[in-house]
Order: sequence, then C-alpha cells, then structure tokens
Amino acid sequence: MPTNFYREIINDHNLHPGNKHTLENANLTLRGVNPSCGDDITLLLRVEDDQITDGAYTGDGCAISQASADIMLDLVIGRSKEEALRLADIFLRMIKGSVSDEEMEELEEAGALIDVSHMPARVKCAVLGWHTLENMLKLPES
Amino acid sequence: MNWNEIREDFPLLKNYPDVAYLDNAATLQKPNCVIEREKQFYLTENANPLRGLYQLAVTATDAYEKARETVRDFIHAKHTEEIIFTRNASESLNLVSYTWGSFLKEGDEILISTMEHHSNLIPWQQAAKRTGARLVYIACNEEGFITEEAFKSALTDRTRIVSMTHISNVLGTRNDIRRFAQLAHEKDAVFICDGAQSVPHISVNIQDLDVDFLSFSGHKMGAPMGIGVLYGKKELLEKMPPFLFGGEMIEYVTRDEATWAELPHKFEAGTVNAAGACALAEAIRFYQSIGMNHIEERESELGSFAFEQLRRIPHLKILGSSKAADHHGIFTFLLEGVHPHDIAEILSADGICIRAGHHCAQVLMQQLKTPSTARASLAFYNTEEEIIRLAESLKTVRRRMGYAD
Repeated sequence: MPTNFYREIINDHNLHPGNKHTLENANLTLRGVNPSCGDDITLLLRVEDDQITDGAYTGDGCAISQASADIMLDLVIGRSKEEALRLADIFLRMIKGSVSDEEMEELEEAGALIDVSHMPARVKCAVLGWHTLENMLKLPES
Repeated sequence: MNWNEIREDFPLLKNYPDVAYLDNAATLQKPNCVIEREKQFYLTENANPLRGLYQLAVTATDAYEKARETVRDFIHAKHTEEIIFTRNASESLNLVSYTWGSFLKEGDEILISTMEHHSNLIPWQQAAKRTGARLVYIACNEEGFITEEAFKSALTDRTRIVSMTHISNVLGTRNDIRRFAQLAHEKDAVFICDGAQSVPHISVNIQDLDVDFLSFSGHKMGAPMGIGVLYGKKELLEKMPPFLFGGEMIEYVTRDEATWAELPHKFEAGTVNAAGACALAEAIRFYQSIGMNHIEERESELGSFAFEQLRRIPHLKILGSSKAADHHGIFTFLLEGVHPHDIAEILSADGICIRAGHHCAQVLMQQLKTPSTARASLAFYNTEEEIIRLAESLKTVRRRMGYAD
C-alpha cells in the first residue's frame, strides 16, 4: 500500500510545490512543527474581509507533510475563512476514517491522502498543514 | 561460528521471514533463552525479592542477586554492590545527574559532547539549570571523532563532571574513553560513560576504562525492555544521596527521619524488576556462549559489507567516518532530494526496518545541519542477503519518489 501511496499527485506536489515560497503581504503567519519527526512549516496567509486572498508556506519535511500543505493551499486560496475551516474539518475526519463520498469530492486532490488513515506513523505529517491552518484561523485576530 | 544457527534462536526473526530487521541500535530482538528465563521466573521463582522470610521469597532474592553478580562479572566490576539495576540507560543517567549532580555549585562545569543521545544530554542540561553550573559541549569533527586536543581544550579546572557516550548512536564512532577518563581524573572530575551502544557490541572492561559510572540498557542486548544497569564506583555511590525514595531503600524510618539501606539497595526503591534482571543475566550468558570477540568480528564483517554496498548507491551520502570499521555497524545516511521519513516508508513497504528521524540526538543533527536522517544498524544475527535487500531497495527510492534517476 505505501508503494501506491506515493502516487503521482503527492510526488508532484512534493517535487514541484506551487505554494512553497514566502508571501510578503501576508497578514497571518503561524509555524507548525512535529517535534518527534522534525517536519517544520510556516503557513502564511493574506486574509481580507474574511476571504483568503493569497497563501503560501515555507519549511522542511517529508513528502507527505509538504505535499499536503501545498494541496491544502490550492484548495483554500480564494475561499472564506469559514469554508476553509469546514474543509479542514473534512480533511481531518478523512484521516480518522469518517468521511462521506460527497465530502471526499469536495477535498479534490487532498483526497489522495486518504491512504494515510491506514498509516498511523504518517498521520502527523499529513495533518500538520491543516492543523496549523485551523489554529491560525481560530485565533482571535490581532 | 554457525551464524545461521544462532539466528534460529530468535523467534521473532523466524516469525517474520520476509522482514529484514536493521534497527538494532534502537532495540535488539530477543533470543529464546531470554524469553524462557523471564517466563521461568514467574512460573517457579516469583515472590517479592528482598522481603519475606518464606522459601519462595528467598528463591526470588537469590535469583535477583545472582543476576547482579552475572552483570558484575560481565563488565569486570570489582564489587557486586557497584551494580544498580534501573529501567534503562536513561534512568541510570538521570540517577547520576540528580545525585552526584546535586553536588554541583555555581561556576562548576559539566562537559559533554555534541554526539550525546538526549538521555545523556537533557539530564545534564537540567542539572546545570538546577545548580547554576555551566554546561560545556565538545564538538566532534566531520568524521565523527573527538580529538584529544579538543577534549583537552574543553577540560578546565572547573570541570566537575564529564559525561560521554562510548559509541555514537548516530555516527557509530567510538570515543577514546580510557584516555578521556584519565584526563578528567587529573582534574579531579568524575567521568560517566554511556555504554548503551557499546556494551552490546564490544567488550567493555570497567577496570580497563577506569570510568566512575557506566550506564547501559538491557533491551539493546537481547534482554526485555525495562531493565538497565548503572555501574558506579563504590566509594562514589556511598557518598551519593538516594535518587528515589520508597520501599526497600531504607535502613530505619521514624516520623521525621530516615536512614538509607546499604549499597546497592539504597538506589533501588520499590519492587524491583527481578524477572527482567534474571533475563538480562541470561542474555549475558547468551552473549558469552557466542563470545564477545566473535560478535565483534561478525558485526565488523557485516559492517564492511554494508558500507561497500551503501557507498556505491548514487545520491546516497553516509554521514561520519569514511572508514567502515569506524561505524560499529551503525550507518546514518541521506539520500539527495528524499526526506528520511519517505525513505523509511518505502523501505518498510519492501519489508525492511530502518530508523528515520533525529535519533534522539538533535544537538548533533543541528551540528550536521540536517533535521533528520535515515539509519540502518546491524547486529550479529543479520545476513549479507538482508544488506543486499537494503541496498537494492534504496536504489529504487528516488524513482519511486518521482525522480528520473
């Protein structure tokens, strides 16, 4: 199974991440770290009137952590904060193994990470970006 | 030596004939005799040792104390009461850092290396915080060695404690403990050696090394998890306050005061892991029946073979020494463009167990400027076939991660 897991979507986002760069006009920034394995990302968002108008990430980590963050940004840029949080909830439930087919469709490419639900050692890698996003959007705005 | 026959003694390896277990620096698999010995204790000897006057309690106590004698003999300590049973090397090092460490004063220095496992780093970092002592690091060089020159320049008249690993769990290199202990003693500092990676793989003779303390874990040498050892020189152990308080470590207790039991019981509060100690003694007998010299030789041969296989793999870089013999069967490596977690995941799919991460040595990772590495570590029961499987699988990793070569 893990062999199939590194399918093209994940390899592609890991090797050619479209959203891995700094973002000068970001107004929300949060670092997310998996202390035990060393995945370390910083998520940067530009949020205007509750709309995520731009986003990026920087950092290091395994293919799953990096691809997951990249795919997540593709999905949430252009959406409202509320929508992004709803998608993060669906994603986190997918990893826990409780998600409907309709919800899976909403996740688009992020659905490629469903195999992680059978790989306990990699769960932390897959959810790092999404947890960071949740923490960031739930924080009271400063 | 018939190594195939010796491998047959490890039931887990037989239960998983398709698995290549190459994470021996993390924990060793257990031979039948050890599993049987643990079972035998509970079948025929179980009572709470050191208490009770009935025959079964005496049997349990005898078994436990005989195990202590087996450990003494194995590392050539002078006195049986110099052997303290703990849970593991981490607990042994915590014991010293809380007790001998309590003698530290502001301005004193604790000297450790950048190669230390967290178990020999954090206890000293925290002891320094508690006492106001200064924690000083000696860095190893690129090849993974601490030179005598570097050691001498880090050692000062204020150095009170030196604590250093015998063999690095990341780079596999061996420190010249005997020489460093001698230099530390010239400054009246105590020398603690972390033997977690050495005791299971090379002959360790306390009289020859002349260190003040030595820690190691049973589980890395085939004993069950949860039994470890602290060796300490008697005259030092006697001066130290107890580490944990409780049952069986006292001599006399009143409402306001207590006096402590004699060595080694002063440092063994509460019900001990007697079955684990007996099983550790059995693991030692297993090692002795093969012979430490044969184990060392076998692991060195496998190590040379693995080193040759790994160094030929394109895009792969082995960290540390460029000589196979310096690695003591521990090979930490990077594969260009592939995160170590992804390497371990792909190898796992091929039935090969290696470790990925910081190996509980983040200070060394910071020095090597990499947050994470992959590590394959060998034991005498591994085979050349397993090493070939490792190499063949590694050669496919980059392609499976989407690279052209």
